[in-house]
Amino acid sequence: MSAMPFEDFEIAYETLATAIDQAGPEREALFLARLALVLGHELGDITAFRNGIKTALEGLDQDVGS
Amino acid sequence: MRPAGKGALESLYFDYPQFAAPRVPELDGAATRHPVLIVGAGPIGMTAALVLARYGIRSVLIDRKDTFNDGSRAICIARPSMHILERIGAVAPFVEKALGWRFGRSYYRGEQIFRLEMPQPPGEKYLPMYNLQQQYIEQYLHDVVAANDLIDMRWQSELSAIEARDDGATVRISSLAGDYPLNADYVLAADGARSPVRSMLGLRLKGDNYEGRYVIADIRMDHDFPTERRAFFEPAGNPGGTVLIHKQPNNIWRVDYQLREGESEQDAIREDNIRARVGAILADIGHTRPWELEWWSVYSANTLCLDDYRHGRVIFIGDAAHIVPIFGVRGLNNGLADAENIGWKLALVLNGEANERLLDSYSPERRGATLDVFANATKSTRFMTPPTRGWRLAREAALSLSLRHEFPRGLANPRQMQPYTYSGSRLTPYAGRDAEFAGGPVCGSAAPNAKLGDGSYLLDCAGNGMTAILFSAGPPNAEQAVLLAELSRIDKRFVPIVVTSGGWASETKAIADQDGEIARLFAAMPGALYLLRPDLHIAGRWKAAVPAEILKTAGLCLGSETP
Repeated sequence: MSAMPFEDFEIAYETLATAIDQAGPEREALFLARLALVLGHELGDITAFRNGIKTALEGLDQDVGS
Repeated sequence: MRPAGKGALESLYFDYPQFAAPRVPELDGAATRHPVLIVGAGPIGMTAALVLARYGIRSVLIDRKDTFNDGSRAICIARPSMHILERIGAVAPFVEKALGWRFGRSYYRGEQIFRLEMPQPPGEKYLPMYNLQQQYIEQYLHDVVAANDLIDMRWQSELSAIEARDDGATVRISSLAGDYPLNADYVLAADGARSPVRSMLGLRLKGDNYEGRYVIADIRMDHDFPTERRAFFEPAGNPGGTVLIHKQPNNIWRVDYQLREGESEQDAIREDNIRARVGAILADIGHTRPWELEWWSVYSANTLCLDDYRHGRVIFIGDAAHIVPIFGVRGLNNGLADAENIGWKLALVLNGEANERLLDSYSPERRGATLDVFANATKSTRFMTPPTRGWRLAREAALSLSLRHEFPRGLANPRQMQPYTYSGSRLTPYAGRDAEFAGGPVCGSAAPNAKLGDGSYLLDCAGNGMTAILFSAGPPNAEQAVLLAELSRIDKRFVPIVVTSGGWASETKAIADQDGEIARLFAAMPGALYLLRPDLHIAGRWKAAVPAEILKTAGLCLGSETP
């Protein structure tokens, strides 16, 4: 699904981790929802956005948040 | 630590020898000035002594203990370290006893999400990694040290004071046989992470400490699984913490498990807790039969090093100079590379062949290697032990997506490190020549190996000095012959290797490369020349020999020229 080179993906991972800390526990859900909307808008493709939502939802119930 | 009722050195499988303090000439008033004093007879100190001895340099090697190390527990020996062990004449028992490996698996909540596969090019003599307990590593090195007349091994001898000067050092050594002063031209401090030499000189390691703590435990069990690295994220057997499992010889297994946030270290290292936690982890991997507890300790990741590994005539090697996280298995391996790096340089200086400024290249090269480890280790440590909520959440997201998707799986790569490339070193002045090659090993990197027709290997031919690998369709032409003769003149240990695609190999010592495999490995056309350093890193490569540059590079590596 992603065409991003691994090195870039790794930077994305690190940037996200740091940004969640920056948002703080009170606002992390709001931050992540805003991030999803911003990325969806930049993506400009409702089908791809829906697929992304589906991928992120799949298997979610198996996990307990940390 | 060992189970209740066991002595400090009472192992399930290893008999610790006991070495006496020798009666030394200094106690009878001798005031010998020794070329090199090595403080600490761990793997790094012993290797340094053996590298020096290979060049005919005597050393005194002291250790305060009366036997091998029971604290530090390195187990992974990487391929370049096997080459170092080979060059100091110690590798045979390692090959026989150690467990070689190249694969690993990472699991998330019990499901495999990542398959680690370390490359094994067909020409390599050794596997990427070998597991062997540190006690055996030390025992095998000590067997070679004890048989070498150039190494004066003194157990139960503790350095109690050091006076470092511009022209050497005077130290005070305390032993059961008595206290005495000892003079040395150079001191190699291989005295470990808590280096007393470092403290006595008022030097401090700088860097970061990481939050996550791990218990490391060795157990004995009859467990059927190949020698692979297994990493378990969020396993049922250790909720909230990562687990690592490595196989060692003698049916010994290393189990590392992360302590939960807020867990007390004091409680965690109690024997009953160790048994309960290890038992739960073993049940989770399907081992329900009995197992025995051998030893355990607790560990947290650090990235710490000295600003400069050299302080005049005192030079730091191994953990005394740098502490790296265990996850990249670079502690022992980088220490061995330190010992070899300073070993050949110091030997040339002490033999009067090299200007002392050759030693200036040690710290930039080896500290560079440490900083490179830090950069990678920081990433793997953040993944193994996420430091904050943000990192924990991001990891949980990546790992849970890894169950069904390929794209995040690489984040679980343990990044078993490659040897460092000395491309920016002052001993690698023509790295720009890399642009002439379409591939092959770059300037400063460790030379690749190739298997030869007779079953031996290309790097078996390399010498203790500089080695040139000349690719040629026929015998060297007049200009090449003059260059090789000139290299022999400036380096008495110089070894020329001619790799030829032609049919004249049988009449000379040239290596026949009929199918062109070696030439492909080095991306070399006829006329190309690779110059290797004594540590088999590539000092330079030229598509067509440029004698002035090649002689300049050799001169820099030999310390006969200064930049």
